[in-house]
Amino acid sequence: MTTRIDTRFAELAKQGRPAFVTFLMAGDPDPATSLEIIKALPKSGADVIEIGMPFTDPMADGPSIQAAGLRALKAGMTLKKTLELVRGFRKDDNATPIVLMGYYNPIYIYGVDKFLVDAKSAGVDGLIIVDLPPEEDDELCLPALKAGLNFIRLATPTTDDKRLPAVLANTSGFVYYVSITGITGAAAADSTAVSEAVARIKRHTRLPVCVGFGIRTPETARAIASHANGAVVGTALVDALKNSLDAEGRATARTVNAVAELTAALAQGVKGAQQAAE
Amino acid sequence: MNIAKPNSYRSGPDERGHFGIFGGRFVAETLMPLILELEKAYSEAKADPAFQAEMNGYLKNYVGRPSPLYFAERLTEHLGGAKIYLKREELNHTGSHKVNNVLGQIMLARRMGKKRIIAETGAGQHGVATATLCARFGLECVVYMGAVDVERQQPNVIRMEMLGAKVMPVQSGTRTLKDAMNEALRDWVTNVHNTFYCIGTVAGPHPYPALVRDFQSIIGNETKAQMQEIEGRLPDSLIACIGGGSNAMGLFHPFLDDPAVEIFGVEAAGHGLTQLHAASIAGGRPGVLHGNRTYLLMDADGQIQDAHSISAGLDYPGIGPEHSWLHEVGRVTYLSATDDEALAAFQLLSKLEGIIPALEPAHAIAKVVELAPKRPRDHLMVVNLSGRGDKDVPQVGDILRGKK
Repeated sequence: MTTRIDTRFAELAKQGRPAFVTFLMAGDPDPATSLEIIKALPKSGADVIEIGMPFTDPMADGPSIQAAGLRALKAGMTLKKTLELVRGFRKDDNATPIVLMGYYNPIYIYGVDKFLVDAKSAGVDGLIIVDLPPEEDDELCLPALKAGLNFIRLATPTTDDKRLPAVLANTSGFVYYVSITGITGAAAADSTAVSEAVARIKRHTRLPVCVGFGIRTPETARAIASHANGAVVGTALVDALKNSLDAEGRATARTVNAVAELTAALAQGVKGAQQAAE
Repeated sequence: MNIAKPNSYRSGPDERGHFGIFGGRFVAETLMPLILELEKAYSEAKADPAFQAEMNGYLKNYVGRPSPLYFAERLTEHLGGAKIYLKREELNHTGSHKVNNVLGQIMLARRMGKKRIIAETGAGQHGVATATLCARFGLECVVYMGAVDVERQQPNVIRMEMLGAKVMPVQSGTRTLKDAMNEALRDWVTNVHNTFYCIGTVAGPHPYPALVRDFQSIIGNETKAQMQEIEGRLPDSLIACIGGGSNAMGLFHPFLDDPAVEIFGVEAAGHGLTQLHAASIAGGRPGVLHGNRTYLLMDADGQIQDAHSISAGLDYPGIGPEHSWLHEVGRVTYLSATDDEALAAFQLLSKLEGIIPALEPAHAIAKVVELAPKRPRDHLMVVNLSGRGDKDVPQVGDILRGKK
């Protein structure tokens, strides 16, 4: 099975440059604006798009992404509408990989089998579910792989060599290395530590390794991306979105551009990086 | 649902932390190695007689155990039915059952070399117990508490600060217990290397539900022995309030395989089950939150709903996974009591027995008021008086004087 994610990373490897992976929350600040923002990302230089599935209790997220989820929920976002958002995006773009990221409960309540069918048909390529470690692979990971979706696992600084094989066993698409112990939006790890960690993971897998958590500027993005197959930016984009809203938290004429401009600047940073040695 | 009856109700969880479909380990990868480390440390400690001996010493001389099993004579006369016994957990040091579990976890943390302890708290009873034992053993203590609860449980906030703990008011979400738990998990994921998360109830990822239950089972074990001594037999029924459900599980678990013993858990029905409440079994369905699958209050999209209870300790949209299982297999009957019923029971017990209960066990007393008159006079009913009401005096005083 080859997904859009596999195809995209193969293309980038040929070009010899790392991937720029963006994260934004589905339905933030409202479903219509959210679709416009997601559509603008590939043109601005995003190679892979992660879309957050809003949840009331995001235990691994910092204040920015927590607030983004609550804005989306307040605007009436649901998992069903998140899938519609992906479907809307796919009308114009059949190449850019889409990864849904979030927590298990909304999917469990939607129904795992129905969700996988609907997600695949909407054009979703992969899933990152924060609260499903390999110990719970029966829940969603194995059914997702069977349904032809990538299941992208987080590896963290606490995932030691002994545990890495278990974490990587059913991982596909790419490995998401969380550069720090902490929540989204926290301070960045130094690039030496990241470089060592990525090298360690690569001793266990041939999958691309992308690094996220704490990357906010084009400079950091470049530094981190030069040690990995990709850099993920979330909180900084969510903050740019939030800063463009009016006092009531509604979208303004600037909202889509605010996200697109930061995306373009970060993409420049990532694309300036040398591809990590394989 | 047709569920096969197990041979024993006391053999769970399985090695993956499941009680039937409930429980499990639904946590971020960062925490997974810690949870496995905790599981290993706990199974080693359980097998170490020195660990148990040291804990027994503190339970006796520091906590003040065993807690009495007291015949509530006037309440019994007033209700005119079952003979009512109170398991006096409110007499423990720190004023509730919470200390039983905290002592065990702090001793585990010491074994594991952890110097920094974090906890979540609703009513503040678990926070106070944690702050107390951290003071006793010279450990750094940070307690997360919803901003709403900080407001309504001021006496406990002051106590925690006097004991040297740092109380962090949580402003996210609904600003109550569930958000305090989210924030504690965020702290833990950030400070994994030196921090032990002391969970206050029989919930969270495996092994917490089993570990907390084991530390709390002293309540039921003592009750069994005391009732044998006083009445020469087992009790006929047990009643306890349930938020996450640790005091209830502690009382119930040693009796689960005694089929003649009727067991009742009492959830918080808040303003009523058709309005805002905190009764996860009565008004929820199975979902995944805070590391386990269990009954939760949520909407059609799987978003967690606000709970409401007059009692901060029961104001949580979930319940421990073992309770969810005991409900599904039918071993325990889960009832609920409203804010008003709990308030009435709070006053009744204060006036008849000279014991001011916490608002949490007042929910259990409220169902005693309903059940005891329907039982014969030789029926032995035990209610877990899990905490004392000092912390609730300002809040209840305001309500009774019509201020709130």
